[in-house]
Amino acid sequence: MRDRFVTMHAIETRGLAKTVGRDRRLFHDLSMAVAPGELVAITGDSGVGKSTLLNILAGLDDADAGEVRIEGIALAGLAEAPRTRLRRERIGFVFQAFHILPYLTLEQNVALPLALISPDAAAARDQARAMLGEVGLADRGRDYARDLSGGELQRVAIARALVHRPAVILADEPTGNLDPDTATRILDLFARAVRSRDAAAVIVTHSVATAAVADRVLRLTAHGLVEQPLVAVDG
Amino acid sequence: MAEAGLLRSRLALAWLVLGEWRWHPGRFAATAVAIAVGVALGFAVHLVNGSALASFEQAVTGVNGVADLQVRARTPLGFDERRYPRIATAPGVTDASPVISLSARVGSGRFTLLGLDVIRAAAVTPSLIGTRPTGPDARSDAVFADDALFLSRAALTATRTRVGDRLPVTANGRTVSLRVAGTLPGAAAGQALGTIDIAAAQWRFGRLGRIDRLDLKLADRSAAERALPALIGADATIVSDDSQARQGDALSRAYRVNLDMLALVALLTGGFLVFSAQTLSVTRRLRAFALVRTLGLPRSGIVAAVALEGIIIGLVGATLGLIAGYAMASAALRLFGGDLGGGYFGGGTARVVFQPVAAATFFALGLAAALLGSILPARAAARAAPAAALKNAGDVLDPRAPVPWRPALVLLLAGGGTALLPAVGGLPVFGFVSMALLLAGGVAGVPWLVRWLLWPWREREIASVPRLLAIRHVQGAPGQAAIALCGIVASTALMIAMATMVTSFRGAVDSWLGQVLSADLYLRAESGDLDPATQRRIAAIPGIGRVAFSRQLPLTVAPDRPPVTLIARPVRGDAGYPLLVLLDRAAVPAGATPVWVSEPAARLYGWSPGRTLRLPIGGRPARFFVAGVWRDYARQQGALVIRDGDYVRLTDDRGRDEAAITLPPHADIATVRRAAAAVLPAGVSIAEPAALRRFALQLFDRSFKITYVLEAVAILVGLAGVAATMSAQTIARSKEFGMLRHLGLTRGQVTAMLASEGALLGLIGAVAGVALGALLGQVLIHVVNPQSFNWTMTTLWPVGTIAGVTAALTGAAALTAMLAGRRATAGDAVAAVREDW
Repeated sequence: MRDRFVTMHAIETRGLAKTVGRDRRLFHDLSMAVAPGELVAITGDSGVGKSTLLNILAGLDDADAGEVRIEGIALAGLAEAPRTRLRRERIGFVFQAFHILPYLTLEQNVALPLALISPDAAAARDQARAMLGEVGLADRGRDYARDLSGGELQRVAIARALVHRPAVILADEPTGNLDPDTATRILDLFARAVRSRDAAAVIVTHSVATAAVADRVLRLTAHGLVEQPLVAVDG
Repeated sequence: MAEAGLLRSRLALAWLVLGEWRWHPGRFAATAVAIAVGVALGFAVHLVNGSALASFEQAVTGVNGVADLQVRARTPLGFDERRYPRIATAPGVTDASPVISLSARVGSGRFTLLGLDVIRAAAVTPSLIGTRPTGPDARSDAVFADDALFLSRAALTATRTRVGDRLPVTANGRTVSLRVAGTLPGAAAGQALGTIDIAAAQWRFGRLGRIDRLDLKLADRSAAERALPALIGADATIVSDDSQARQGDALSRAYRVNLDMLALVALLTGGFLVFSAQTLSVTRRLRAFALVRTLGLPRSGIVAAVALEGIIIGLVGATLGLIAGYAMASAALRLFGGDLGGGYFGGGTARVVFQPVAAATFFALGLAAALLGSILPARAAARAAPAAALKNAGDVLDPRAPVPWRPALVLLLAGGGTALLPAVGGLPVFGFVSMALLLAGGVAGVPWLVRWLLWPWREREIASVPRLLAIRHVQGAPGQAAIALCGIVASTALMIAMATMVTSFRGAVDSWLGQVLSADLYLRAESGDLDPATQRRIAAIPGIGRVAFSRQLPLTVAPDRPPVTLIARPVRGDAGYPLLVLLDRAAVPAGATPVWVSEPAARLYGWSPGRTLRLPIGGRPARFFVAGVWRDYARQQGALVIRDGDYVRLTDDRGRDEAAITLPPHADIATVRRAAAAVLPAGVSIAEPAALRRFALQLFDRSFKITYVLEAVAILVGLAGVAATMSAQTIARSKEFGMLRHLGLTRGQVTAMLASEGALLGLIGAVAGVALGALLGQVLIHVVNPQSFNWTMTTLWPVGTIAGVTAALTGAAALTAMLAGRRATAGDAVAAVREDW
């Protein structure tokens, strides 16, 4: 049963509750599941707890109640070290502000998750090059963050999030710093890459256009997650 | 227009400054303290030196009374008293008071004993006249009694006596019983002085027919100055208050200037710390500055805001520094004495004399250091394009950007060139300028050094992620590394330079002592002479091989310079054998009288081998041929060695101060020492070379103790700078750490990365500091030291200190970075990556 459950859902939460500050309840009894190859967008008003939910999924924050499982492994039972190892090997992140290290080449930035897993530098370099090629930056591996536009930086961030073939990809407003045209291209690239790897992705966003690339859209409210109808966006 | 814009924007400027202060009060406090420490050290050292000099001048005035002019003997042998009537009746002279001056002691208490003609002194130097006590046992003839002694308050304290007591006073090798008849109310506080009748002094202390000085009262100074040179003879010189002050000043000037310079190092390091802190603060606020510029603040407004911060830091730091400096000076005078252990002003006690000009100067220097440390980063911030800065400050960094090396090279070359320039007024002004230029060049070259040292790793695969990130960060941002390191590079460089100089100096002194202390036993008359009878007794001590007696006398060659030491001793041949370490020599022509001049004397007076010079020995100038220059680390004001026989021929003085005894092989030193002690009169000390050597090195270490304290403070300020800068840089990179934590780096790995970075920075700082210190050490050894103290030496590297400083710096930087890293990663990794500022 458990094995079957693991193969069905890369991410599963049951009865999550989180209160911040003294008594500000963000959500209560929140349950969701994301299957491999599925892309889920979570929308909601500012301050409703979207980013907090993402961080709980990543094991960077703890829920007050409930359970999170990544590929069937319950985060609550993990100590700091195995939790970090799980994040390192099975989760990829895409941030709104890219967070590309300015003192590493793009190739090194992309190879960083691989370098954390294995000391095989040559293999890491080869995979990073291939990944950069996939996001359309094949010949930019020796460049630095300074040489790139915002859209290109986010491509590098996507490459870094996917290079180690994680089971789960978490993205927090991945196009928040980009113009609409660039955002659309980046989202298409992101969705293609996630699906081609059979990864489960959760995107937290305010943007309708961003949510439009998802297979499902969930709106986070004080009462829990509410499934939203998919909206097609032109362009 | 810019000014008008600035004035209109003053509210915004005030908000910018106050906002930063409210947000980071600790940073402002730390930078102000760094300036305070620098100002305090500089001011304290200057106050102590100034107070010691003032007390020395007061002492000179105290002993001299208030004579208009003095005719003073060039040596302690005095001059013929028959010159007195001629000088007293010279044109322009209205009165003259003859004086005998002796160094006297009662038990362990020491004082200057003056023999005066009370009638004459009352007219010329009334402050030296004693006062009888009032009361039933006061005798009216006390002033003229041949055993009446008048003591100053300090002398009464030193000798632990009271008026009316009878004392055994020892001077010039004789002990005489004197009665304390009264006090000297005119003597300065702390001045240990005594007076007796001049006839009693000449008779009882063996100075018949001689006087040491004539105090003159003048009606026409210029007439007197014209007439006197022809009347005074070669063994006397004319001395004014002015030339006495110059002599006191010359005695310790180089030492004081060097200490002042060393103290300023702490201020310089403080300035670098302000620079580091302000650079980081400005970098962190780049986007805030870009925003206010976009909103309409002129470019100069950014500079004005940061400069205003610098001014406030400077004002607070300098004020605190002056207060702390005054307190430190008081404490240092109590602990180390007026010369801070330098050994220049023996005897008197000095009190702190507040110096408003020095206070204003150090206040201005503190303010300037803080202002300059703020303006440089402010100008860089003002030049940044607002649009780019608003976009993302972190991405501005370009690891491929070439590192400027030309300014560093130009400064280093200018420093090297300046070091070749001669001294100005006996001070190594260009030596210090050279050191400042080299220091600036060295610090400016740190980014280049960082790149160069890490060049081998630029393409190398590094398996450990923390190490990879650490190396790439330091390699990619050498400017940031330089900002963190500038203070510690400067202070380490100066510490290594001082340590190299002191090690070389100590090594040279030690080796020189080994060469010159070649006898087995040394005797020294602490008071008075070894007269011919005593010399014969010493020569007859059973078991000794050879004995060489010598005479050492101060000889005034120029009235405005401290006296040189004239040494008369048996010398064989032209090489000054057996005790001189010759640096240069010339063959002595037949019939010439040779003199061997010490290295300081040769540099001070320009005497070189082969030259002929006239020395005022024995009442008339005698011609000497300079046969050689010898190494001497004992007498900074210079020394001359002449042959024993020449000295006797010129002076007829057969008394001696010292004897060097050489024993035959296998003789027992202890037995000879016991035999010598049995025949020696009181007041003659016996020492073995090892004890003398130990004593000399103890003196050496004492005189450099204060320099170690100043170096340690500079290093501590520098380390505080590294700690503050690394802490600020780490906090500024919290987003980076947050992202790395998201990618799966553990807290331990982030801490390890920062520790590696810290250790790398510390190591680079140590390498830069040691390399620069080695360079500065050469300037100290070959320029500043010879020009200040007239001593040369060869370089000895303080290997232990270099290794210790490198290890301490690397460890301290790694530890600091780790602690800062733990603090930075203890926070929420989630919050760190949020797109806000």
